[in-house]
Amino acid sequence: MKFGIVVFPGSNCDHDAMYATSINAGCKAEYIWHKETQLPKDIDTIILPGGFAYGDYLRCGAIARFSPVMREVVNFAGKGGYVMGICNGFQVLAEAGLLPGALLQNTSTHFICRDVYLNVSSNATAFTSEIPDGKVLRIPIAHGEGNYFADEDTIRQLEDDGRIPFRYCDADGDVTEAANPNGSINNIAGITNKRGNVLGMMPHPERYSDIRLGANDGLNIFESLKKCLN
Amino acid sequence: MSSKLYSEIEVTLETAIECGLSEAEYKRILEILGRTPTYTEIGVYGVMWSEHCSYKNSIKQLKTLPRSGHRLLVEAGEENAGLIDIGGGYAICFKIESHNHPSAIEPFQGAATGVGGILRDIFTMGARPIAALNSLRFGELDSPRTKYLLRGVVEGIGHYGNSFGVPTVGGEVYFQHCYHDNPLINAMAVGIVKVDKTASAAASGPGNPVMIVGSSTGRDGIHGASLLASREFDEKTDDMRPTVQVGDPFGEKLLLEATLELIDADVIAGIQDMGAAGISCSTSEMSARNGLGMEIDLDKVPLRENDMSAYEIMLSESQERMLVVIQKGKEEQAKAICDKWDVPLTTIGRVTGDGLIKVHRQGNYVAELNADSLVLGGGAPQYDPPAAEPAYIKKTRAFDPNYLTTTLTNQDIFWKLLASPTIASKRWVYEQYDSQVRTNTVNIKGDAAVLRIKELCGQGLLGEEFPAKGIAVCTDCNGRYTYLNPYSGAMSAVAEAARNVVCVGAEPVAITNCLNFGNPYDPEIYWQFKEAIRGMGDACRALGTPVTGGNVSFHNESQSHAVYPTPTIGMLGMIDDLDKIMSSEFKNEGDAIIILGNMREELGGSEYLKLVHGVVSGEAPVIDMQEEIALQKIVLAAIRKGIINSAHDCSEGGIATCLAEKSIASGGLGCNVSLPGFLTVGKLFGESQSRVIISISIDKIRLLKKMCDDNSVNYWVIGTVVPKYFFIKDCVKTTVRGLKETYENAIPDLMNEI
Repeated sequence: MKFGIVVFPGSNCDHDAMYATSINAGCKAEYIWHKETQLPKDIDTIILPGGFAYGDYLRCGAIARFSPVMREVVNFAGKGGYVMGICNGFQVLAEAGLLPGALLQNTSTHFICRDVYLNVSSNATAFTSEIPDGKVLRIPIAHGEGNYFADEDTIRQLEDDGRIPFRYCDADGDVTEAANPNGSINNIAGITNKRGNVLGMMPHPERYSDIRLGANDGLNIFESLKKCLN
Repeated sequence: MSSKLYSEIEVTLETAIECGLSEAEYKRILEILGRTPTYTEIGVYGVMWSEHCSYKNSIKQLKTLPRSGHRLLVEAGEENAGLIDIGGGYAICFKIESHNHPSAIEPFQGAATGVGGILRDIFTMGARPIAALNSLRFGELDSPRTKYLLRGVVEGIGHYGNSFGVPTVGGEVYFQHCYHDNPLINAMAVGIVKVDKTASAAASGPGNPVMIVGSSTGRDGIHGASLLASREFDEKTDDMRPTVQVGDPFGEKLLLEATLELIDADVIAGIQDMGAAGISCSTSEMSARNGLGMEIDLDKVPLRENDMSAYEIMLSESQERMLVVIQKGKEEQAKAICDKWDVPLTTIGRVTGDGLIKVHRQGNYVAELNADSLVLGGGAPQYDPPAAEPAYIKKTRAFDPNYLTTTLTNQDIFWKLLASPTIASKRWVYEQYDSQVRTNTVNIKGDAAVLRIKELCGQGLLGEEFPAKGIAVCTDCNGRYTYLNPYSGAMSAVAEAARNVVCVGAEPVAITNCLNFGNPYDPEIYWQFKEAIRGMGDACRALGTPVTGGNVSFHNESQSHAVYPTPTIGMLGMIDDLDKIMSSEFKNEGDAIIILGNMREELGGSEYLKLVHGVVSGEAPVIDMQEEIALQKIVLAAIRKGIINSAHDCSEGGIATCLAEKSIASGGLGCNVSLPGFLTVGKLFGESQSRVIISISIDKIRLLKKMCDDNSVNYWVIGTVVPKYFFIKDCVKTTVRGLKETYENAIPDLMNEI
């Protein structure tokens, strides 16, 4: 099992994803420079990490999608390869059309960094297989534009297809309005594509993958992938 | 190129004065040069001899501070930031700097570029920034101006730090009227570097090419250092908004990666960031450090506007730029690294052996200056202005707060304090900062932020098992205490900073300081400055925490008044074993609650006096360094031995507030407490120094008491940790939920009001 972590100019959670996947989850991992036009052959999962790719001075992720490496990421996903976009990575996936919808500015208009709780709808995906039934994950968010939006049809389809693995909830797992930190429709914190091999999520699992930092619920996600792909 | 000097205009005394120089300074320049300076030259002298760059009114005092110690790898002032050996081949680099004046007139960009500037000071030494902190002072929060400033400053800090990818892990925010016109925005950054991979700010090797790496040069920030930062606020200040620089955190992030790769590849023969006074400062300081010179062709500098004059280019403070000297023969290697990161690298000149800064622009020879004559420690002036004890001190010292009476009950006072913006939760502020990026943040909710040092955390990285190491960092200064007594107030600032890192289980090792004062030519202000330096020096010597560097910001005043003297302390603490750290909140029901230290009842300079009686007066709290050291020794030992379950410094709002904070942070636990003896306002809310409130399981009390007795530290068992309720006998009975609501809502409620 090997992770490939894409480094865009302005990525700043690339080191964190490397540490979580290699040191905490014990997998192989390597960086992939955004100017690459070929992916390393042995990569099983690509991570688009958090940060501010190209400064995000335009719409978040709007420029990063044109990076040379993104064509390869799209091909990789098309062939069924696993792709995970975290925070800014989710925004890039949405801009690249690998996932539907868009991430708007938080309703508070502020950047928000805080712990949130995630209700996990199903452990039938490769990203969630190792999460125990009913476990509520505590994972931090850190974003200014994480307010998930899509048109009604898309939302209905996501709901019908069971493609919303993570929703913001309270500590008991209840999905409430008060637990929604950014205004996302239906408390959506993460979605997958139809095929289930592309995940985008605003919370940062790589930040809570080491018990030294007080919580390691995020490790569940990397270990799910490890288990599925090994 | 011409060898005859060219000046756009005839320079006179008036020109020099416009550049911020005095008549005596202009005369001195005429003597040094033996001729009339060119327009470019007088501009360069203006910025280099400004207060901001030359430290002309502070350096004599700063030299009295303790500046060496066994962990210090460079002495204060030698390089861009202090460097502390943390073992295992690594060092921590840290520094604090002000960006007060720019933030007062353009809070978003002012604060953002303050963060950018201090980050560059860290990575120009080869260190990767791993944490940022900020110490902020504003006027009262019910004023629309303060809300505007707070909003802008917090957004600016977040904008820069979040995008750059450094976690903002701590700091302080105080609200006091004296900062209404002139807020204080002090930004601190901390970085880690391999000891053998540090870079120097001294240029070396005549013949080596001098290059600019990073952004192009524009007209932003011209005279930021010499005029904006080096004078008071008046009716013209708003017109100076164009002197505020504009930040580009994305550009800085790329500059960071390129710079660290350049240093790692060993192609550099000197590097310095360009902040205040831009090319003028970096060329002259880098040259002067090794007695060298530079020949610079300004036509090669990438410009944002082609028609910029030599004067403008030399003085521009455009951000996200570095001046580097590349080793001859390694230019291609350097270029390849910068190309990879899409960061421009441009040769603008070369190092020379003659000690002169020679500048050319459009075929004209516009400056020929002795580098050493420009810089601090060389030809820059050093003054010793007159000092006189301020008239107000006699009055405030004579004031006895105990004669004041109030109709408010203890309970009323308690709630008022808890909702005071200076005491209330700063969640509204800190949640706008990314506090976790780089995944080193262990805890930011204690008295100091705790970070792990991944490089020294084993886990297979170094192939061996040993205790995981970390650091603790915080900033501290209560300006009211320094106002009432600059000497003891500054001592208290150092002592409290040390106490804060001790409370999380770290050993205090060194400080950086940011000295915010009014106009140094006012003898009363200068007396405050000298006294504060004396207090800081004494405290640092007593604690064994040398001063590694920092920044002086004078002229913090408006037409009506100066800010309180505010010598902000940034403290670094070392944690040798991350399994032995401590946090502030109550942990277990049934634990005993103990006050370590003293039961003095001092109200001078307290939040109580200000809030209830509207006065900032009295004598600042007593600080006795021997008492402080004994207390810190006990607390640190108790944490390392695993004897206690929580530790929290007792500060603004006194014992009652400290207990409330310990409850609120616990997520549901409260306390049942009865303070010994006759209950007074002073006992509940007084802000005596050298006190820590801990909680401890009953069976360990005996051990702790013995440690206290052996070290002559006083203690009082005052109560027990209980679920849900918060009870201080004869003061307040409420729920922890109730406390939390008041504490958490105070600032958001004020910010939401229009």
